[in-house]
Formats: sequence, C-alpha cells, structure tokens
Amino acid sequence: MSRFSRRKLITTGLAATAGAAGLGVAARLAQKYGLVPPDHGGIFGLGETLNYASQRLVTVHSLAREFRPSQISKRPLANEIPPLPDAFKRLQAEGFADWRLTIDGLVDRPASFSIPQLKSFPSRSQITMVQCEEGWSYIAEWIGAPLHHVLDAVGVQPHAKYVVYFSIDSNWWDSIDMADALHPQTFLTYGMNGGDLPVGNGGPLRLRVPRQLGYKSVKFINHLTLTDDIKRFGKGLGSASPEGGYAWYAGI
Amino acid sequence: MARTESAAAPLAASGQTSASSVPVAAVASRHSLLVRVTHWITTLCFFALLITGAEIVASHPRFYWGETGNVLTTPLFKIPIPSSRALVPTGYGYVLPDQNGWSRYLHFQSAWIVILTGLLYILSAFFTGHLRDDLLPAKPDRSLRGFAAAIAAHSGFKRPPEAEAWSYNLPQRLAYLFVIFVLFPLVIWTGLAMSPSFVSAFPFTVNLLGGQQSARTLHFFVSLALVLFLLVHVGMVFLAGFWSRTRAMISGRAATPPGN
Repeated sequence: MSRFSRRKLITTGLAATAGAAGLGVAARLAQKYGLVPPDHGGIFGLGETLNYASQRLVTVHSLAREFRPSQISKRPLANEIPPLPDAFKRLQAEGFADWRLTIDGLVDRPASFSIPQLKSFPSRSQITMVQCEEGWSYIAEWIGAPLHHVLDAVGVQPHAKYVVYFSIDSNWWDSIDMADALHPQTFLTYGMNGGDLPVGNGGPLRLRVPRQLGYKSVKFINHLTLTDDIKRFGKGLGSASPEGGYAWYAGI
Repeated sequence: MARTESAAAPLAASGQTSASSVPVAAVASRHSLLVRVTHWITTLCFFALLITGAEIVASHPRFYWGETGNVLTTPLFKIPIPSSRALVPTGYGYVLPDQNGWSRYLHFQSAWIVILTGLLYILSAFFTGHLRDDLLPAKPDRSLRGFAAAIAAHSGFKRPPEAEAWSYNLPQRLAYLFVIFVLFPLVIWTGLAMSPSFVSAFPFTVNLLGGQQSARTLHFFVSLALVLFLLVHVGMVFLAGFWSRTRAMISGRAATPPGN
C-alpha cells in the first residue's frame, strides 16, 4: 500500500487543484475560440468536444485529399434514400427548373438562386472521397460552386457563426461552422463525374463537405441560414444527426 | 528469482519490519497505485472500444484493400454476421437494429480516455524506472544466452513459482512491450487514418497504409491482435492464480511477501 506522507498529500492536492483550474481555463478558451460543438452536453460531451476542438485546431486550412481521375469509382454508390416528398417529385418532373436555394439569416442581401444561377458562379471540381460512417466509401468528381463565392454574393455578417442547411426532406438538416463554410472544398454541388448530379447522389443540389463523413453532405438542399445562435434550431444540437444519436461533428 | 533493483526495496522493507507490528502486506506493494489505476481504466476503455467497434463493424461487415470499397465492389473478405444496414447483402433475412450513433460516440470517448491514460502510464514508466526495471528484459536476460534460457524456461503451460509473483518474466515483458509500443500505437494510427479530417491535415498517415479502406482493414486486424493478447493475458492470470493476481492488481497486495 502506498503510505500518505504529508508531502505527498500536499503535492497531490496541488496537482489536483492545478488540474481542475487547468480544465476550467481550457473550457473557457475552448468556448471563446469556438471549439465546443453544439452537442457537447450529455455523457459523451467530453469525447465530442475533444474530437472537434483538436481536429478544428489542426484542420482550419487543411485540404481533403484529392485523387487522380483514374481513381474515380466506376460505380458511385447511391446510398438508400427515404421516400422523397411530393414537392420533390413535382420539381423533378420539371427537370428541377424551379428548384430554388434560399439564403437568409445573418446576411446583408437575402437571396434565392436557381440551379442555372448557381452555375453562373465560378464552377470548380474536385475528385474527393465520400466516406460513410458505416465504413464504405467511393471516389467521385464533384462539380459545383464553392460555397464561399455564394456567401460573398449575399454578404455574410461578421457575427455569423454557423451555416445551417436544410434538405427538401424536412427531417434532414445540418450545420457547419464558418471554417468549414468558407473552406475552398465546400461546394454547392450540382454535377458529378462530368454530368448532372444524379438524384441518388443528392441531385439536383448537395452540399459537399469533404473533410467530414458522408452524412454531413446533406442531399437535396433548398435552404441555407446563417446564424450566431445554433440553439434556435431543432433541439439545439446543431443538426438532425444528434437528435438521431449521431455526432454533429463528423470529421472522424 | 527476485528482481534486482526494485525488488530490493520491498525485500528490505519486509526483512526490516517483519519483527515490528507492521504487517508485511501493508508495506510492500506488488503494483504501484498508478499502474493499478491505469490498468483498470485501460481495461474498461478496452471493453468499451471492443463492443462499440463490433457494433460499428456490424453496419458494414465487409473489408477492402486500397482507397475505396462498398457493396458494389469486391471485398477482401466478409464477416459472416447479419448487418445493421439493409444495404449490405449478408444472406440473413433480417437487419439488426442500428447501434452506430452511441457506438461511435463511446468509441471516440473511450479512445481519448485510454490514450490520455496510456500517456500518463508511459511518462511515469520512464520517470519511475518501471520501464527499465519491470518491462525491459531483466539484466540476466539481456545476453543472447540468457534470453534463450529465459524463453525456454517459460515455454509450456507450467504454473510459475510463487517467487515470480513479484516480477514479470521475459515472455511476459516482451508481450507487454509489444502491446504498449507496437499494437497500441498501430491501433491509434490506423484509427486516425480513417478520419477524413485528420488525414486532410496529415495525408501521409493514410497514404503510407495504402489507402483509407486498407487503414480500416488494418485497424480490424490490430484490434484482433489486441483481443488475442487479452485472451492470453487472462489465461495466464488464471494459470498463475486468478484471485491472488487480480487482488494484487486491485489492492497492490500479493499473496506472499516478496523474496519468499
């Protein structure tokens, strides 16, 4: 058995106090620099905060790996999608001519864009991987407008902290922080492998966030909102995913 | 065979104080408090990682090599279990309930705790001499002949003499070193190499492994190696005396005083 000498007791006490104070300071700093995820409450909050804070610190400017054209998967797997609402089917019948992306919230010029209008922004393409949290993956070429170009056009107000994005399927919405929103590889994606984006892969419009797992790249996007108060949306956990038991931050 | 340096302290303590009223067990500690605490935190985290890892695998019990893989591509191998996703053809007529949400949360939280615990253990092992005295081969085993003799002496499932309860033998030390310095780093590396965000900052970590699916497959095999270690480890504890060895890892007390 270890014997407790007075010296040991004092040093242990000091170390514990320093440790507790250190944790307090760390929590303050994390809050100040936006390193605390919206779903930080609950028993898994510690792990989630460590995941998000550590990865955010090392990945502010890092680029998702891009691949050679020869590495594009021959058959890009279209994951199962729930039955789509009638509103989607009506738009699909007209070739998505009336599909609109509405952008509002903390912006100077709220706006609504059709797919052709989005195509008039500088078009970019990237050959990146879609990785599902289940373990499977594929590589495709994604074509779209970098989100930051579109955000520049509507004028993001400086205190905006998150971009919240909604699918036409109302059960499906998510959000990203400004580091991801302004990231050069975050695309409003309307094309894939040289053609239009197939419905199975999220067409006509999918937000691609290639540094996070596939479920962050929400399909059938028709609405973006900029906000500084993520608690106002849904149950306040930042996305529909934590409401279904999945982490808001999906960088790992 | 008693340990040289570190066994000397409890040996002296038991020799000097046995005449007094202080009981031997109260003075000598088989495992330091830090070793005991980190051992059980690691045990808890390991089981959490194992169970959640199995749950995550069940959502896609197919493994691939290279960068990509999915139900449209040929797997390296499949695990013949039902899946928690209808997308995966398993041959079973049913789909398991989805457990990935909490499994992923708990997997990463346990990983953080076990990594921080492991770092504390390694740092203290360096500074207290635990690494030099208890884990690196003992002095007589450091020559080629001594090494071979020690391996030969510990081959076969013989119950070790009680005197050995106060130190680790050579195969045991090698197994622990392998787990601490090879398997744990590998399982962390292959795990991080699956993270799209982590590899965006450190792409070589996945490129060196041959791709993201290779990293996943390797993560699976390293985990299997860790499970194999666990089985042998617990088997050896049973062989050596389950209650006395387990008690030594909980309270620090050994069945017999050192040197007997």
